[in-house]
Amino acid sequence: MALTDPGRYITSGGQLSNCLARPPRSHFLSLIHRHTFSRCTTQPEFNRATGCFVIDEAAASTSTTPPLTRKRKLDTTTTSAPPTSATAGAEPVRKASKTKQKQVEQVEAALPATPQTLVSDKPMDSDDEVNSVISSDEFGGDADSSVGDVEDFGADDSDVDFDDLPEHDNFETQEKDLKPRKKAFEVDHKVYSPEDIQRQQDDQVAEVSTLLEQPHEDTAILLRYARWNKEKLIEQYMDGQEEVLDKAGLGQDVQKSPPRIETIDGFMCDICCEDGPGLQSLAMKCGHRFCVDCYRQYLDQKIRGEGEAARIKCPGDGCNRVVDAKSLDLLVRTDLTDRYHQLLMRTYVDDKENLKWCPSPNCVYAIECGVKKRDLTRIVPTVQCDCKHSFCFGCTLADHQPCPCALVKLWLKKCADDSETANWISANTKECPKCHSTIEKNGGCNHMTCRKCRNEFCWMCMGVWSEHGTSWYNCNRFEERSGIDARDTQARSRQSLERYLHYYNRYANHEQSARLDKDIFHKTEKKMTLLQSASNMSWIEVQFLEEASQALQRCRQILKWTYAFAYYLARNNETEIFEDNQKNLELAVEDLSEMFEKPTDQLSGLKVEMMDKTTFCNRRRIIVLDDTAKRLKDGVWEFNVDLNKPV
Amino acid sequence: MTAPLPKRIIKETERLQTEPVPGISAQPHDDNARYFDVMVQGPDGSCYEGGVFSLELFLPDDYPMTPPRIRFLTRIYHPNIDRLGRICLDVLKNNWSPALQIRTILLSIQALLGAPNPEDPLNEAVAKQWKENQGEAIKTAREWTKLYAQPKQ
Ligand SMILES: [Zn+2]
Ligand SMILES: [Zn+2]
Ligand SMILES: [Zn+2]
Ligand SMILES: [Zn+2]
Ligand SMILES: [Zn+2]
Ligand SMILES: [Zn+2]
Repeated sequence: MALTDPGRYITSGGQLSNCLARPPRSHFLSLIHRHTFSRCTTQPEFNRATGCFVIDEAAASTSTTPPLTRKRKLDTTTTSAPPTSATAGAEPVRKASKTKQKQVEQVEAALPATPQTLVSDKPMDSDDEVNSVISSDEFGGDADSSVGDVEDFGADDSDVDFDDLPEHDNFETQEKDLKPRKKAFEVDHKVYSPEDIQRQQDDQVAEVSTLLEQPHEDTAILLRYARWNKEKLIEQYMDGQEEVLDKAGLGQDVQKSPPRIETIDGFMCDICCEDGPGLQSLAMKCGHRFCVDCYRQYLDQKIRGEGEAARIKCPGDGCNRVVDAKSLDLLVRTDLTDRYHQLLMRTYVDDKENLKWCPSPNCVYAIECGVKKRDLTRIVPTVQCDCKHSFCFGCTLADHQPCPCALVKLWLKKCADDSETANWISANTKECPKCHSTIEKNGGCNHMTCRKCRNEFCWMCMGVWSEHGTSWYNCNRFEERSGIDARDTQARSRQSLERYLHYYNRYANHEQSARLDKDIFHKTEKKMTLLQSASNMSWIEVQFLEEASQALQRCRQILKWTYAFAYYLARNNETEIFEDNQKNLELAVEDLSEMFEKPTDQLSGLKVEMMDKTTFCNRRRIIVLDDTAKRLKDGVWEFNVDLNKPV
Repeated sequence: MTAPLPKRIIKETERLQTEPVPGISAQPHDDNARYFDVMVQGPDGSCYEGGVFSLELFLPDDYPMTPPRIRFLTRIYHPNIDRLGRICLDVLKNNWSPALQIRTILLSIQALLGAPNPEDPLNEAVAKQWKENQGEAIKTAREWTKLYAQPKQ
């Protein structure tokens, strides 16, 4: 989801700016203010007419444009690769790169909730660096660290060392080696190019062709008929060869010779009624003869018009004979056969449960993943394409970890249905809760400071900011109000609306903040580039900003979905662990986001601190993902909806 | 219509006049050779017996690559024909073949009158009645035939 029109969020004449300064640590704990949600819901000035949310799943993720369009790539494939040349120009099968996350850090379990300043000025490219600089005395050092992390991490990962893992060329080996190290939120997957996919099909056709002693072309038709289920096809074929051939569109041959274009005396075409001398015609093995012009029109209509390929039948009335690729090649021009092979490729991937096309626009790759539909209540299978697009293999929406597919569907539907109600609360102007001056929000950070009265508060809950670092204050948790008369339906429906708005507000806010963070980054980047050219700084000096920006994007995307997740989460003993992890990630993200908005001339001085916070955010992110995924796998979470029920 | 009439349509039209199908007639309009007035007699022994149903038939530009468009003009009580006279028939949709002709399609329609198929309904209300109380449905179909499908004197 994305909010459109970022410009709308900057209101003119705002008297406040956010995040002027972080209060010193000693200010924490000094104010106790149990915020109630009604504060947020009763902001009167936000009318629903101005707010308008538009769903756009793709926008939330990092999307890139691959060098070739799918069409172009496919075209070159189909024209250049003969079916049997399995090794010609073979590229090794791509494997998903997981090096970034493959280290298991037991230490994370014991990481305190507040950022550590790590002594390192190396640029960070992986978690490895961090592992080496965290000393053992930091284990379990802070009371704020969530119990859940400690509990759950030790056991199965205890034998892990933190040495660099070598890169493996062979996927098998890597898979085996990584098994105990793989995070609970990661799934094995491979990326295939159109050439790989074509080769897969060719290999299977060749294999089955020998087994059934059928020509290559007919075997391809049989396999397409069987939706590429080899075992089922062979079984059925053994049970009744005639029946399978007939059903697949390879019924009894009337003429034995292979189809070719002929001129036959006295022939009249049943479609166009032409009968002139020299009329070229073709008949497949079923014997139904039509003129070449009619055949061409017919095939064009089927392929271009109806997008049909695997099951184009003979134009004869009631004839079940399937048009084979060889006859097609005789009849039509290459642009149409290209389209035909492209459609066959589509069908192949669509027929295979373990294959899916990357949904990124213009991307030509397909992903293989073993996660089945029935597994989707226990796992959120995020895969990454070679084009860098991360998406859910289960539903092909952009990465929505840690929220299971079923909840994502429910949530998006609910948001669409309730958009009117939700709009006004997430609007981009609010009032200072103390002095009521109008606030504008133009950065991602949610730590606001009123320019007029210096009040520091949280944009999401409007509560006092200083309380956010403490263990008893829960900006992220929805406090059920006790003492509501169960029979009072009005109060109950208001409570349920408030509950929804609590989560929606945070969900939408992270989405919006992610974009504002990005805006700031781009502005800063420009300024830094100017600085660089003026001061001869090397490019690597600002690289840390880009990494911080990326961390913010990824973390906010996860935070966003944790709120959809939490909305459906039924309260049990485990819920607090989730909320603690969520809170800790959120605090880390806001800290980093805040540094991001510092004036450009201060940024280079903040480099080390920012790099540390970036690392910290990423580790917090992994904790949220891993812990949530583990408990999902173990069926520990209870939801107030049925994950198995189709939406 | 500037393009000359395809040979196929000319031949089909000729044959419809020279070798008419019993119980069926199709007459092209003078000003539009692709537009036909069609009459179909209810098959003997069916609840449409004695009725004469009029239909309109149009041959689209890409005929015979796409099927002709046909609809009943006479009101008819039938589970596969809706209130606008549209017909649910496989050969008019997925099973259309360019080798099929106007005459074969009209024969299929006549056969559909002889064998209503409430399992593949286009008119839900009629299909429901047909399945739950066939006697009553057939009675209604007869009444409608008397009421709306009588040959003009
Ligand atoms: Zn022809
Ligand atoms: Zn045939
Ligand atoms: Zn891709
Ligand atoms: Zn999904
Ligand atoms: Zn104020
Ligand atoms: Zn808050």
